[in-house]
Amino acid sequence: MAREGQAAAGRALAGPAAAEAALAAWPAPKAGFTAAARAEAEARLRVAGLPGRRDEYWRFTDPAPLLTPEPAASAPLRVDRPIFEGFDKLRLVFVDGVFDAAASDDPALAGVEIARLAEAGAADIHWARGLYGVLEAAGQSPVARPFAALNTARAADGLLIRVSGVAPRPLHISYRQSDPGSEAMLHHCIRLEPGAEMTLIETGTAAARANLVMEVDLGEGARLHHIRPQGRAHGRRVISHLFARLGAAARLKSFTLSMNGAFTRNEAVIDIAGDHAVAHVAGATLGDGADGRFVHDDTVFVSHGAVGCESRQVFKKVLKNGATGVFQGKILVRPGAQKTDGYQISQALLLDEDSQFLAKPELEIYADDVKCSHGSTTGAIDETALFYLRSRGVTRAQAVSLLVLSFLADAIAEIEDAALAAEVVARLEDWLARREA
Amino acid sequence: MLKIKDLQVKLAEEDKVILKGLDLEVAAGAVHAIMGPNGSGKSTLSYVLAGRDGYQVTEGSATLDGADLLAMEPEERAAAGLFLAFQYPVEIPGVGNMTFLRTALNAQRKARGQAEVGAGDFLKLVRDKARALKIDAEMLKRPVNVGFSGGEKKRNEILQMAVLEPSMCILDETDSGLDVDAMRLVADGVNALRDAGRGFLVITHYQRLLDHIRPDVVHIMADGRIVKTGGPELALEVEKNGYTDILAEVA
Repeated sequence: MAREGQAAAGRALAGPAAAEAALAAWPAPKAGFTAAARAEAEARLRVAGLPGRRDEYWRFTDPAPLLTPEPAASAPLRVDRPIFEGFDKLRLVFVDGVFDAAASDDPALAGVEIARLAEAGAADIHWARGLYGVLEAAGQSPVARPFAALNTARAADGLLIRVSGVAPRPLHISYRQSDPGSEAMLHHCIRLEPGAEMTLIETGTAAARANLVMEVDLGEGARLHHIRPQGRAHGRRVISHLFARLGAAARLKSFTLSMNGAFTRNEAVIDIAGDHAVAHVAGATLGDGADGRFVHDDTVFVSHGAVGCESRQVFKKVLKNGATGVFQGKILVRPGAQKTDGYQISQALLLDEDSQFLAKPELEIYADDVKCSHGSTTGAIDETALFYLRSRGVTRAQAVSLLVLSFLADAIAEIEDAALAAEVVARLEDWLARREA
Repeated sequence: MLKIKDLQVKLAEEDKVILKGLDLEVAAGAVHAIMGPNGSGKSTLSYVLAGRDGYQVTEGSATLDGADLLAMEPEERAAAGLFLAFQYPVEIPGVGNMTFLRTALNAQRKARGQAEVGAGDFLKLVRDKARALKIDAEMLKRPVNVGFSGGEKKRNEILQMAVLEPSMCILDETDSGLDVDAMRLVADGVNALRDAGRGFLVITHYQRLLDHIRPDVVHIMADGRIVKTGGPELALEVEKNGYTDILAEVA
């Protein structure tokens, strides 16, 4: 009965009425160059409505936590030593979804132009005009992504970043939450001009509930290395969209680490538009339902529209105590995208019988000379390996932790920088150690 | 040191009895070998002593220095001084050999109330032990047993033994899959660990390994029991005539 009640509530909230309510709840920002994009996004959202459980791409993940008028409260997590703290990088801070200049570094980085959407958005002429809402709009087909449209229509803040050389230091967007009831909507536009390179780090919890959109446009030969440890606050709810378009020989590597969080939906929409481009999207997730509800959903769409390109999707989830993991991943190879090398793997390690993993891998191929493969597995801890470790004196809990790290290794290997990868592993070890007891 | 009395074991999931009243005693400083035909229960004995799931002890006892092994978890047995070199060492991708070894050593030390070994000291300790086994630094950095040849895996088992310094070492068909040179390396590693305070139980099909690791006592195991015990000459007899004559003689 309770389940039916929830479904009924979800239905009542979804659809065009919910879209109207959301548009009304978020004030329209003063729009300069973004005006047209915002108006179009608003129109798209009105047509699509906000999703309910009945929508095909929301069957596994109930969007209800994103649809309530107010976000459920989430206590901000005090982190003693934030991840990547010791690394040399340019830090830009958002607190509860608003840029905090005082807490940020001076946004001066050679070859990198940084502006706030909240300030630059009022201007009529801006380089980001060709990007803001453009990749998001293109990413609405074949599957509607209404929360991203809402974001384009209403996001008041975010960063507009243009890179024209090799960024000398990583750029770090640091999200912080101070208000247990805060709600954030941020929209970033990032353009790497031909040959440009940058490492982009996103860390922390943006708000109790956050809707984050990032549009990434990579020019010919540009390289973006994106690393995103999502905030560990137990109650946080987030939907994020990464829209990326790759020019010829461009290279995108995106890795997301998720530990904790009541609700996470990360969508990645990758448009491989130039020949010989490479796009890797990876994620490592640790979910413990004992800390509260845990739902983690990766929904990925990779579209190959050029010759000789490579894509990888590597997603690993470790779930316990009733945690739920979802993976929906698609590789689309368009006509003429010959010599495509597409690969997708999603795996879950269930540490008990209460947790579940739901996977929907899809391949759609319209070219005949391609190499595409996908796989999905759900399994438990390997008893033979567990015994081997314990026979050497390692406690059962420690042995499980080592096997969890072993399981996640392929996803972590997608982080190119060894020092950043080591820091991620250290955080995983800390998380696991806290739960060994 | 190791005392096994009337040990009877069946598979936990089915009614199949594997060990049918096994008696064995290994004194400190002694090297015992167990030989026997396939299916006689040799590997089961090693697994039951190390604490692997899937077996049910229905009768008898096994103690190490007086402590009841069968009542302990596998990691407690290891901390108490028991070590099993696996016939098929397990590959663990993504976990470095050094991390694994250090975790194991410190877990044992912690269980025994000893101070943990720091990273620097540990590195030196492992490098010294590895050198003797011709294990290079590269192999130590790689994930546990991943991409190791058969010989490297067995050498890695002996390295673990050398680092953990157990008092009772069980080697389960450590010679299987090894060429002559690799077998010599492994045997040298084992011989280097022989001392008055340490017992060995070497399970093998072939006499060849025993040319290199000279046993004090040789047992013949058949159908879940020790059927004959003798000196090193017993192994030579097996090599020459097979098990048939011995089994016929004790039947």
